[in-house]
Amino acid sequence: MATTLMEFIDPAAIVLGAEAGDSEAVIRLLGGKLEALGYVKPSFVEAVLRREASLPTGLPLGYARNVAIPHTDPEHVIKPGIALAVLSQPVGFANMEDPDETVPVGYVFLLAINDKDKQIDMLQQIMDTIQSQQALDALAGAKSVDEVVSVLGGKGDVAA
Amino acid sequence: MAKQKTILFACGTGVATSTAVNATVTEAMKARGLTFNALQCKATEVPSMADNVDLIVATTPISASVKVPVIKGLAFLTGIGKDKALDEIEAALRK
Repeated sequence: MATTLMEFIDPAAIVLGAEAGDSEAVIRLLGGKLEALGYVKPSFVEAVLRREASLPTGLPLGYARNVAIPHTDPEHVIKPGIALAVLSQPVGFANMEDPDETVPVGYVFLLAINDKDKQIDMLQQIMDTIQSQQALDALAGAKSVDEVVSVLGGKGDVAA
Repeated sequence: MAKQKTILFACGTGVATSTAVNATVTEAMKARGLTFNALQCKATEVPSMADNVDLIVATTPISASVKVPVIKGLAFLTGIGKDKALDEIEAALRK
């Protein structure tokens, strides 16, 4: 595989063992990082929260700790990137396909996307990671950002 | 040869998950010997675009007023039920 997810995740925007009471707190935490690192405009966080309220992004994988991929319209984005939180306790996100249902989420990938044609790779890498239980388990066990980098930055195969 | 069909890929922003699903479906259908025209849009734009497409693949709920067949695209994000969704898309394209 030519690219890995770590080409898109800023190591400075990875939060391990994140303590958050709800989905809004996680989005504010990660959005604040992306803003401080110059990926998104100050309007980004509120736009993501609005979008999450009407069109949520929780993805049910059948696990105790599922994944959410909050994001919003390109106009709030300066340059593409991803922030990642591995939560100490799952928080509820509404299900993308069925907003009346709540999904317990342990991994949040906050996506800054501004040019879909150039970011297909990034989105496919996200999907590959979401669909790898091995990768998610390794993330849950990661003790440091360096470990996350080796889990997500491995050359194709996930180092468990 | 039948006219090439059009699939409309929809998601909340029209840029994120619909892009990923479009790429996955395009690749998988190519492997099954099928091509199609692909369009993408926001979920809110679906009712105005549905008239000119044969099939909608959406990762968000779609208004019940839309008469075009809708296939749930979440399978391509989670991997759960992906083969079944691909079979449904193939069947729709071969119709």
